[in-house]
Amino acid sequence: MHVRSKWLGAMLAAVMAFPAAAQMNITGVWNNKLHEDWPDRLPGPELGDYAGIPLNDANRLRAKTWDASLITLPEYQCRVHPSDYASSFADIRIWQDIDAPTQQVTAIHVHHFAWETERTIWMDGRPHPPEYAQHTTMGFSTGKFDGDKLMVTTTHLKEGWIRRNGVARSDRAVVTEYFIRHGNELTWAALIHDPTYLTDTFIRSRDYQFAVAGQIPPYPCESVVEIVRPRGTIPHHLPGTNTFLKEYQDAHGIPEEAAMGGAMTMMPQYRARVSELIKNAKK
Amino acid sequence: MRKLSIFAVFLLALVIPSLAQQNNDVKVWPVRDNIYLIYGAGGDITVQVGKDGLLVVDAGLANMSDKVLAAIKTISPLPIRYLVNTHFHPDHVGGNAAIRQAGATIAGGNVTGDLGAAASQGAQVIAHENVLNRVSAPTGKQSALPTNGWPTSTFFNDEKKMYFNGEGIEIIHFANAHTDGDSIVYFRKSDVIATGDLFTTIMYPVIDTAAGGTINGTIEALDKIVDMMIPVYGQDGGTLVVPGHGRICDVGDVLNFREMTIIVRDRIQDLIKKGMTLEQVKAAKPTFDYDPLYGNNSFWGTDKFVEAVYTTLKKK
Ligand SMILES: [Zn+2]
Repeated sequence: MHVRSKWLGAMLAAVMAFPAAAQMNITGVWNNKLHEDWPDRLPGPELGDYAGIPLNDANRLRAKTWDASLITLPEYQCRVHPSDYASSFADIRIWQDIDAPTQQVTAIHVHHFAWETERTIWMDGRPHPPEYAQHTTMGFSTGKFDGDKLMVTTTHLKEGWIRRNGVARSDRAVVTEYFIRHGNELTWAALIHDPTYLTDTFIRSRDYQFAVAGQIPPYPCESVVEIVRPRGTIPHHLPGTNTFLKEYQDAHGIPEEAAMGGAMTMMPQYRARVSELIKNAKK
Repeated sequence: MRKLSIFAVFLLALVIPSLAQQNNDVKVWPVRDNIYLIYGAGGDITVQVGKDGLLVVDAGLANMSDKVLAAIKTISPLPIRYLVNTHFHPDHVGGNAAIRQAGATIAGGNVTGDLGAAASQGAQVIAHENVLNRVSAPTGKQSALPTNGWPTSTFFNDEKKMYFNGEGIEIIHFANAHTDGDSIVYFRKSDVIATGDLFTTIMYPVIDTAAGGTINGTIEALDKIVDMMIPVYGQDGGTLVVPGHGRICDVGDVLNFREMTIIVRDRIQDLIKKGMTLEQVKAAKPTFDYDPLYGNNSFWGTDKFVEAVYTTLKKK
């Protein structure tokens, strides 16, 4: 009896020493499942497709005047996907730092195959830097477990994109992410709050599968001059002159209103509105 | 109602001291290696520190000098040897006299003789000749700065080079950009550029047309700054920039700002070609998509920017 209670005490101590709630281990290599939003991902979004994005009028004008030739400029060729967009591409490796004496997780790191970007999610309770500190493509992230979900808050992002056809995400955005593990599946959801360019929170979720033998190869990128241009040239369309915007609408029979996006186009009930618009157009 | 107002008073009591503290406090933040940002004193201030003493880029507002000097002391007790002015605006040179007097120069400059014995004391104040022209005035006229705040060492051509604290420093002049006397300061070893108001993160490019500023000069300066910057693979970091106002940046931020500046210039140029008046150009809202980012600055809003671009393109 004496022995057993000692053993029980040790067990109890061990259980109590476990991190709060059911903290999940999400380390390892995860393969990106590309079933969701396929046309938006490896093939890339079409020009003039802003459907499902709660963009405001200012952002819509930026998108409509955006010229894909911009990314032929040497300084733009190796631009990486920001952390709130990076989940759309390729596999990831997640690992963590452990504080030896306490065995607590102090940081979680994510390496993306695409452009070899790496980010740190601080788990040690440190504050975010002041507003005048540098911004980066990965941003400054802190995380904590909310039950078995890892919840991450990211600030200090450089300007990025919501969709890579000119829809911008500002450098003032704050991103909330959830990493949710269900066995060998991982869901990564990003909620983008950007009052500068969005009228509502934009939510993007991606799914991954655990890769037992997962390895991630390098991803080199080298900028070259593709087109010789005079200094100070930025490819763009003057407002009202972009003739490519109609292509997406024509190719898929999508009404202009829907293609131009906005918060209402995120909602399931908007499908009825689209059907109505199409019916009216045929009349 | 009564409950609400008590709550409001309670909230105000909580909020006001912390806001006041934030507004009045001058903060120090590391940029890289031996380079620091001093933030909250008007224009951004850059400090380079080493065994030879301190080199300070821009002086902030005159009424912030005590706080700036206190902030500098937290970086190093060594003397301020040099103060470099990126241009003549009061939020960048207002503290010149106080910072110069708190320092001690190593050698006299080309104009210290003209300023009398007092000028040989204190830190050397380096600027383009046009900065001196703007802050000084002919005898009998009121000058923008007291004599002891004037530059003590000026340069006339495109660049002044110096070596201080174990690193090469280039002071590069741009003609007719933000003003007619702009310089950027490039710390070659730390790989940091202090741009002055040629680049900020909080407002549209400020073009002081009365002091020789132009939109195309601003774009040329931004092109040159981008040319000088080398990012790390992945586009983060590499050369860092301390802007005239706002946060620490890398080349990605400068590229975004240059992109906006060129696009707006092209749009206004097109509207001018169509024969539009300034009022018509303003009504066409050529900055509409960037206004949520840069248009709300009370000092330099959309209207002033569009007007400055229009005027300097018209003059061409
Ligand atoms: Zn200025």
